Amino acid sequence: MSDLNQALAEKYQGNFLKEVIDNVEEGDMVRMCMQCGVCAGSCPMGPHWEHTPQKIFMMIRANKRDEVLQSDSMWMCTSCYNCIARCPRELPITHIMHGLATYAKRLNLVPQQQPTAKFAQLFWDNLTKKGRVNELKLGISLYFMNGFGEGIKVAMANQKLGMNMLKTKRMAVNEAWGGHSVKDKSGFHAMLKKAAELESAAIEANSK
Amino acid sequence: MSDKKEYSFYPGCSSQSGASSSNYLTSVTSMCEELDIKLNTIEDWNCCAASIGYAGGGELPRVSLSARNIALSEQQHPQQDIVATCAACWLATREASERIAQSTKIKEGTGLALKEAGLEMKNDKKIRHMVEVLVEDIGMDAITAKVKKPLEGIKIAGYVGCQTNRPFGIHGESFENPQYLDNMVAAVGGEPIRDYEKKVSCCGGALAFSEPDKSFNLIKPILESAMDHGADMIVTPCPVCQMNTEVYQDKINAKFGTRFNIPVVYYSTLMSVAFGRSAKDAALDGQVIQAEKLNKIAK
Repeated sequence: MSDLNQALAEKYQGNFLKEVIDNVEEGDMVRMCMQCGVCAGSCPMGPHWEHTPQKIFMMIRANKRDEVLQSDSMWMCTSCYNCIARCPRELPITHIMHGLATYAKRLNLVPQQQPTAKFAQLFWDNLTKKGRVNELKLGISLYFMNGFGEGIKVAMANQKLGMNMLKTKRMAVNEAWGGHSVKDKSGFHAMLKKAAELESAAIEANSK
Repeated sequence: MSDKKEYSFYPGCSSQSGASSSNYLTSVTSMCEELDIKLNTIEDWNCCAASIGYAGGGELPRVSLSARNIALSEQQHPQQDIVATCAACWLATREASERIAQSTKIKEGTGLALKEAGLEMKNDKKIRHMVEVLVEDIGMDAITAKVKKPLEGIKIAGYVGCQTNRPFGIHGESFENPQYLDNMVAAVGGEPIRDYEKKVSCCGGALAFSEPDKSFNLIKPILESAMDHGADMIVTPCPVCQMNTEVYQDKINAKFGTRFNIPVVYYSTLMSVAFGRSAKDAALDGQVIQAEKLNKIAK
């Protein structure tokens, strides 16, 4: 258990709902859920969730901290916004799922082999490096995210796809050497650093 | 001729040269030339983090990314609405703008972060998708008036997808059965399939990369429904929808024993062809699955 996770668990002992309200993106809206289940029925990944959003909201109220934060459920969100569009109480469900996922990640509670958690981090690292996504490098890092041997297999299986993208100029080999970038990289990085610091400081303050 | 309409343009990562929807930008450029729309690119724009950036970046870093683009747009094109062609770019930017307007904490945080980059924002801009410009500022009649080569006899399934449609959508349209994409098809002389059941279904988005098998289960019915209706092609306003429904068809065929081979184009592809532009200007060479019926018209 990370120190921050332990500190927060102790601080909010017995009140996971309060912890979510204080620390998770749009977490205060969890209180609005009336358990109708429209979100669960509307989710395209419905069959794959261990706990649907409806269930997660009730589990938060029922203080099931570990079960929620260690679950891979939130990582099933495709960001299709069906749940938001249909929720009769207008809960920003997509945002809360993203918020729970990133909070679980901050506390080191994400299941080890969760592929979307891995890919999402690769995507963030890729885009923040130069301010713009390098699709070639992102694709390669995705293929190899489960190790070298697995990567070669995945790359071979996707050879035709890659050739198609190259042929139509929708992928470029020269992205490997440099690639697209913002000009003001130092300003861009300083901005992100500040934003990350402010966010971490707020959560750390809540753990004390 | 009427005055050119000008917008502050946020093109987004996938539109760049050698990126997965560079063909979208090519056809949008041709389409806008014909419709007297001037797109002024936001100089030094950055990625919006799309819908999958949430895990690595928390809320504040993510919102700051869009705030930087909005601040740059305010500086460079103060009187112009921001327009994005990518669904995720549009959604992330508009969401960030709303979040900043609604939360003092986020507003203060992004203000401090922007200051590090020597920027500030007023947050008084409208953030719009290109299809809003076409529907609200140009109008279907003006589009029809520009048609030189109507797309007669081509049956087209309008796949609106998710993020151009939810949670914001296009004013006056429903979430469950929006009509504007079908109206665009009709405006350029094509035959829209108005009862296409999968027009707002999810293609899996970024999970097509991380969880391909789960996503292929979602993409298959989108293609199947278009085929059942006798569609010659699918049209979409979203780069991820386009990519997911086009480039994985042979993998889906291998998985399910199907024989899909249906072209998926952008609305801007259709318009460029109908407006009489060349195959190159319409980026028909960017199709992994060739749109033969459009190739014939564009020559």
